[in-house]
Amino acid sequence: MIENLDLGMVNWARAQFALTAMYHWLFVPLTLGLSWLLAFYHTIYVRTGSEEWKRLTKFWMKLFGINFAIGVATGIILEFEFGTNWSNYSWMVGDIFGAPLAIEGIFAFFLEATFFAVMFFGWNRVSKGFHLFSTWMVAVGSSLSAVWILVANAWMQYPVGQAFNPDTARFEMQNFAEVAFSPYAVNKFTHATSSSMLIGAFFVISISSWYLLRGRHVLLAKRSIVVAAALGLLASVFTIFNGDESAYEIAQVQPMKLAAFEGLYVGQKNAGLVALGMINPEKKVYDTQEPFIGFNLHIPGLLSLMANRSFGSFVPGMKDLVYGNAEHNILGSVQKMERGKKAVASLDAYKQAKKAGDTSAADVHLAALNENVEFLGYGYLKKPEEAVPPVALSFNAFHVMVFLGSLFPLIFLGYLYFSWKGTLVEKKWLLGLGTITYLLGLIATQAGWIVAEVGRQPWTIQGLLPVSIARTNLTTGTVQATFFMFLALFTLLLVAEICIMVKQINIGPEEN
Amino acid sequence: MSAATASRPGRVVRIFRFYRDGFRQMTVGRILWKIIFIKLFILFAVLKFFFFPDFLATQFSTDTQRADYVIEQLTQSAQDYTNPAKGE
Repeated sequence: MIENLDLGMVNWARAQFALTAMYHWLFVPLTLGLSWLLAFYHTIYVRTGSEEWKRLTKFWMKLFGINFAIGVATGIILEFEFGTNWSNYSWMVGDIFGAPLAIEGIFAFFLEATFFAVMFFGWNRVSKGFHLFSTWMVAVGSSLSAVWILVANAWMQYPVGQAFNPDTARFEMQNFAEVAFSPYAVNKFTHATSSSMLIGAFFVISISSWYLLRGRHVLLAKRSIVVAAALGLLASVFTIFNGDESAYEIAQVQPMKLAAFEGLYVGQKNAGLVALGMINPEKKVYDTQEPFIGFNLHIPGLLSLMANRSFGSFVPGMKDLVYGNAEHNILGSVQKMERGKKAVASLDAYKQAKKAGDTSAADVHLAALNENVEFLGYGYLKKPEEAVPPVALSFNAFHVMVFLGSLFPLIFLGYLYFSWKGTLVEKKWLLGLGTITYLLGLIATQAGWIVAEVGRQPWTIQGLLPVSIARTNLTTGTVQATFFMFLALFTLLLVAEICIMVKQINIGPEEN
Repeated sequence: MSAATASRPGRVVRIFRFYRDGFRQMTVGRILWKIIFIKLFILFAVLKFFFFPDFLATQFSTDTQRADYVIEQLTQSAQDYTNPAKGE
């Protein structure tokens, strides 16, 4: 029975997925970001013919290879988890994601087997032009290989272009273009790739800053920094604008998520964006506690502007979205649950009628199902308040991401300015900060995923399928065991990567 | 046709040699390949095989059975709710 579901298992399965995805995402952005920098470094070498640029390109290529090798196949574990821990979800979305993800896997394999090999082995063995082309193809292909998984994730947040088939229990694709090019998907892909570019830039800046502080490989470090900081600046500015566009999309299709980001319990016109404040983790949507602890500072109207592109506009709060707000024509979870329960009951009645061979009754129930199917997921909630995601975690992750994201262009600007002035080596404070920028970038990008995924709770597919129904009926112990197994494996791999990487950084670039 | 062109190995041989020589010249890459193979072995021969069976693929033999099972999972909670088509 749904009522007797072991929620411990659901939480362990979620924790396992989060662990795997977050670990996987340590490698992916560096692969994506660094591949573009390699393309630029390699181009400069081909254009100038300078051996120093060749040495520089080969050095970063080696570190790229280490990251790629350790990270490769860590994403496959996510697919294992779909089939084992999330079998209902896996079945229900198979029609939409199955083929594209398989194509992506094959595409990635051929890309890696050809252009990666030419990029790594091609020095002095293929023409310079083809070698450079291969490096560019690695960059383009690495980014393209992330398309479908990000489209899939975007669809889970904004499930367009589909129809639920009650006979097969599957969401079936009705419109490919709507799925592939939904604004949510486009924003997610561009946000993920641009933020990955700044991760790649920070990786180069961190190591190069360390070299400069040590007085080693000075020319290589300075040159690496100039290109990385230029790409990083462009990428970070784009990420901010694109992040704003993402927030607008979220406001339109996942208003509960936006309200949780901002700790907005009661809807407001001219709603302010939190600039400073500590969220009250004990506050519930139904109580009268203050949402913030102590001092907090809001920038008036900015949240309204972000959400609706208008300063004075109304932004619904969590209370409005749970209990409804007739004045602003907002349907609450209370009302959606009623319709969701009708959808679930209609689905059950349809199934029974089909089994009994009563086609006319089946048609009636199918019509009732279709009328309410957009709220299907709400039929599984026990309380309307369950539609609220973990507010404190969403709020904190969002503000960490935004704070760091706003800081990054300034860091890149600082590097570019002092490089231009020729005084970068003297700016020990900046170089000291530079050594930890890669870590800051990783924190920001991981926070971004927490924002996206925790903010979507309790849904696996927004409004259609809660995590409690998406899961497989396994025991908690089974998932716990594999969770710790993965933790051990991931830790081991991470230690291996850090050891090999640190060793190579210490060795530095090959001498000519 | 010149002697040099005539003795030039075929495309397949050249590609094979390209990969072979590339792998031979690797230094750090050898360690990385070992890590990749160990990792793939753990993932596919141990984890996938013993701990991560595809639940629906192993429990049911046809897609119809799988669909029925998932529908059953989706409709269990309906038993506590009045059938709208009958109740309204």
